[in-house]
Amino acid sequence: MPLNQALVGKEYPPIHYEVGREKLREFAIAVGETDPVYHDEEAARAAGHPDIPAVPTFPVVLSFRAGAVVYGDPDLGLDYSRVVHGEQEFRYERPIRAGDRLVAVGRVAAAERRGRHELLTITTTITTEAGEPVCEATSLLVSRGTAGPPADGRRS
Amino acid sequence: MSPRRDPAQAAVGDKLGQVTEPIERLDLIRYAGASGDFNVIHWDDEAARSVGLPGVIAHGMYSMGVAARAVAAYAGDPGAIKRLKVRFSAMIRPGQALTAGGEVTGVDGRRVTLKFWADDDEGNSVLSKGEADLELG
Repeated sequence: MPLNQALVGKEYPPIHYEVGREKLREFAIAVGETDPVYHDEEAARAAGHPDIPAVPTFPVVLSFRAGAVVYGDPDLGLDYSRVVHGEQEFRYERPIRAGDRLVAVGRVAAAERRGRHELLTITTTITTEAGEPVCEATSLLVSRGTAGPPADGRRS
Repeated sequence: MSPRRDPAQAAVGDKLGQVTEPIERLDLIRYAGASGDFNVIHWDDEAARSVGLPGVIAHGMYSMGVAARAVAAYAGDPGAIKRLKVRFSAMIRPGQALTAGGEVTGVDGRRVTLKFWADDDEGNSVLSKGEADLELG
């Protein structure tokens, strides 16, 4: 089933996330990052961080949760079993760090057809609860074989 | 004091220190738990085969996380990284090793741009069109 183009631009309800030190350490270990700055509070402070910073791809934890709100919208028409991750981008104002209380809002940024497939762009904006911008995560998802017949009626 | 790289120490053509990570199934299970992405194609062979895959495959974001280590090590400080982008060009499976590298493509005062990539141990591109923007100093 083709994606519902009318939802491009729609923002979804926010998810809230409190960042814990052990979670940041766990994620750093999971990607094999051993630099003490991501594990040790003293090393983090010595490097000028108020607390342990997250590794650069940690915001995906929030964008995955915010994205689940988007994918779960029955009006969108997305079959998640057909989805592969095409591209990922992060734009940072500053690293996420332990103690942050964050808010993540997912938005359908684009939905377009590419041959038999559809490309869905989901943008997640991450701020602190106080409104300080932290990161924007953009995921390009490929919905395989869902484009349906060509819009102009020609046979492909 | 920040260990962020001095922009005077950055030049076009600088190579990132290569990162190589052999991938085992346990790494994918650990990443699933840490990231919250429990898609069965990353830990259950039978489920992966049922959707046409050869068996479990690594999370694309696991590969990006490993490759980002090379960028962060060059920058010297995660706060120096302003943008990261990749394209997921091929899957990589347990039993293979991921190798990430990259190089500096532009230096403009404190602003440094990089390209980076990651390949499997047969030289197939796993992450392509990797781009990073840094703010050094």
